[in-house]
Amino acid sequence: MTEKLKFGFYWAASCGGCEIAVLDINEKILDVLNLADIVFWPVAMDTKYEDVEKFPDKFMDVCFFNGSVRNSEQEHLARLLRQKAKVLVAFGSCAHEGCIPGLANLHTREKIFQQVYKETFSTTNEDGKFPLAKVKTNQKELTIPEFYDLVLPLDKVVEVDYYLPGCPPPVPLILDAITAISQNQLPEKGTVLAPTKALCEECERNTNQSKKMPDIKRTYEIKADPKVCFLEQGIICMGPATRMGCQTRCINANWPCTGCMGPIPEVLDQGAKMISALGSILKVDEEKNLTEADVENLIKKIKDPVGTFYMYGLAASIINRSIRGGEK
Amino acid sequence: MKTITIDPITRLEGHGKIEIFLDENGNVENTYLQVPELRGFEKFCEGRKAEDMPQLTSRICGVCPVAHHYASTKALDMAFGVEPTPVAKKLRELIYCGYIIYDHILHFYFLAGPDFIVGPEAPKAKRNIIGVIEKVGLDLAKEVIKHRAYGQKMTEILGGKPTHPVCGLPGGQTKPLAEEDRQAMIEMAVSCYDFALKTLEIFHQLVLENPQYMSMINNPAFSLSLYNMGLVDEKNRLNFYEGMVRVTDPEGKEFVKFAPKDYLNHIAEMVLEWSYVKVPYLRQVGFKGLIDGKASGIYRVGPLGRLNAACGMATPSAQEEYELFYKTFGTKPVHNTLAYHWARLIELLYATERVKELLSDPEITSDDIRNMNFNFTGEGIGIVEAARGTLIHHYKLTPDALIDKVNLIVATTNNNGAINMSVNKAASEFIRNGKIAEGLLNTVEMFYRAYDPCMACASHTAFTIPLTIEIFDKKHNLVKKLPTA
Repeated sequence: MTEKLKFGFYWAASCGGCEIAVLDINEKILDVLNLADIVFWPVAMDTKYEDVEKFPDKFMDVCFFNGSVRNSEQEHLARLLRQKAKVLVAFGSCAHEGCIPGLANLHTREKIFQQVYKETFSTTNEDGKFPLAKVKTNQKELTIPEFYDLVLPLDKVVEVDYYLPGCPPPVPLILDAITAISQNQLPEKGTVLAPTKALCEECERNTNQSKKMPDIKRTYEIKADPKVCFLEQGIICMGPATRMGCQTRCINANWPCTGCMGPIPEVLDQGAKMISALGSILKVDEEKNLTEADVENLIKKIKDPVGTFYMYGLAASIINRSIRGGEK
Repeated sequence: MKTITIDPITRLEGHGKIEIFLDENGNVENTYLQVPELRGFEKFCEGRKAEDMPQLTSRICGVCPVAHHYASTKALDMAFGVEPTPVAKKLRELIYCGYIIYDHILHFYFLAGPDFIVGPEAPKAKRNIIGVIEKVGLDLAKEVIKHRAYGQKMTEILGGKPTHPVCGLPGGQTKPLAEEDRQAMIEMAVSCYDFALKTLEIFHQLVLENPQYMSMINNPAFSLSLYNMGLVDEKNRLNFYEGMVRVTDPEGKEFVKFAPKDYLNHIAEMVLEWSYVKVPYLRQVGFKGLIDGKASGIYRVGPLGRLNAACGMATPSAQEEYELFYKTFGTKPVHNTLAYHWARLIELLYATERVKELLSDPEITSDDIRNMNFNFTGEGIGIVEAARGTLIHHYKLTPDALIDKVNLIVATTNNNGAINMSVNKAASEFIRNGKIAEGLLNTVEMFYRAYDPCMACASHTAFTIPLTIEIFDKKHNLVKKLPTA
């Protein structure tokens, strides 16, 4: 056995679920501890940022970075860890493409503060105080990191070598990545470490071959048949536009895919791809008889298109900033 | 006063930062536990489809996603004016107990374990899960991993994914429990129950029989005389999934018991300029600052808050341990912060017993899991007990069931005032007349960790274990920074 590898794990703006996903490899975590020394893991170990600063450049063989970049501290760490790691992996949907918290890019920092610290029902804040990056209280100066105006996926801040998609990344993909690392068989840099086809390819639900969507329904409006394609039941399922590899986890629980694995390869924009897919299956039978008003009514049934088609991908999508125009 | 150490201040340090300011005599004047992050769910959930909220808000916290999922689902039940079927409620409670099992095991062994199992005086390099494995041995470590995984598996079977499940809908559940899954879960539940008993046995040996720990636990300097809050059933017994919110005063008398829908009459939140996390307080007592006592509206939630706010446990083994708990301390309520750990294990035992009960209910595999008779009201409030305490979701909906407004008060936020005060107490105990005693950082961390604070929830960002402490003298010069570089 050659010298042990050195791994680092870090979380930035995330929910902690990616850390749990690492634990979800269960007893295999003991194999990982045999394969590598974990030199940085804030959630479980007491290594401090200063210790990391003292690492030589490229000291870590692999650093798994979860969470997006949302404040000045996280940007600092992203740059530092890039410098200290040979291979930097964007681990999970937040680091990959901003995930659900990336929907915050619909609003400015000011609007977010206004809502959280002033307008929420239980907040008492008559003076309109907001947390400040630097503040004097009892004559003492206190600082906290600056909250950025945008959620940034990791590759908008530093160069990323690999992506492990999913919210959280599926355990088999984590194990495959670790195997590839241990056998020195990582693919070309920039690769998303997941299968390349659309989720529909691994979905076991029945479809009629031509795949027709009869109408648009919301999940609470019907009792979904657990054996039939969601789209054919009128429920928007992101399967056609989403990368496979999750083993249809949500669909198995009778809930449609909402797209956490990100776009299939060669697709620039997951939402645009899904909209185009809907265009080709929605009421295809009656297409010739539809008036413009019918089409308009149909489109109106798609509630919250941004949240539906860009639930995970907004911060990485081409529409990201431009949609702010809709700010109330 | 004499300068002890001056380290270069990097302002980019730590997910949790504690600043300690001393007075002219070198005693603690103020402490500040700062949470440096925010994600803004209250804003960006506006405009989303109501039925997506259990998934969206689950991303507040990947450690307690099930709690957010069901606080949200219950808020939708109310907003859609629908009562879930009895089977759906039982399935929800079943998943919920699975979540409590994995979360409480995670905390005791992975996060707090280093304090109790490896010991607070062990070298830093050993005070982590790897040190715990070395100490308890690989066999027990494998048991820990196995039973945490069982809890995860129970939620995965019904929820699709253990982290960020997708099974709650207004009025019910997406999927019934299959008989073969029920069989598999019974085996897991029995094993988890035995493991919970074993864990309590370990706790008794390691902690209750260790005079050093017991003197720390019983040290009045580390107690906080506060109100306690938790959900209770109709007999005032602890419940995680539903019931009334009961608040007891620092002497243990019932202060108020209210239905979730009335929470705004009882809870308000204060904004701090120096942290991204607010401080909740009892509206009818008022906010008097970060102080304890009956006149201060600060309260505690989480395992200790719940045990103190309840009159007992609804399952036999947990009730037995509950009685031992209060008998050992000789008083109720228990205000000793380190008692959180024992309280957490009593809840673990309860969750395993409750899972066994639910799985032996003949109705549990019924497919009567959806009530679709909606009577849309447009506003909903859902309260559950997350592993770390009372969790509140409150939504207003537009007529086409999109989200108009959102309010969230999460477990660790409810404890924000108390955690700050515990930090202050530990610091005051270790810094006397300018002398900073050995073990300050370890002790502050131990008290902080007792709450199992989840900063992912609190700031709707990531949870915090590594702390840094900066100590400033009266002239605001940095005199010490911990840990030292």
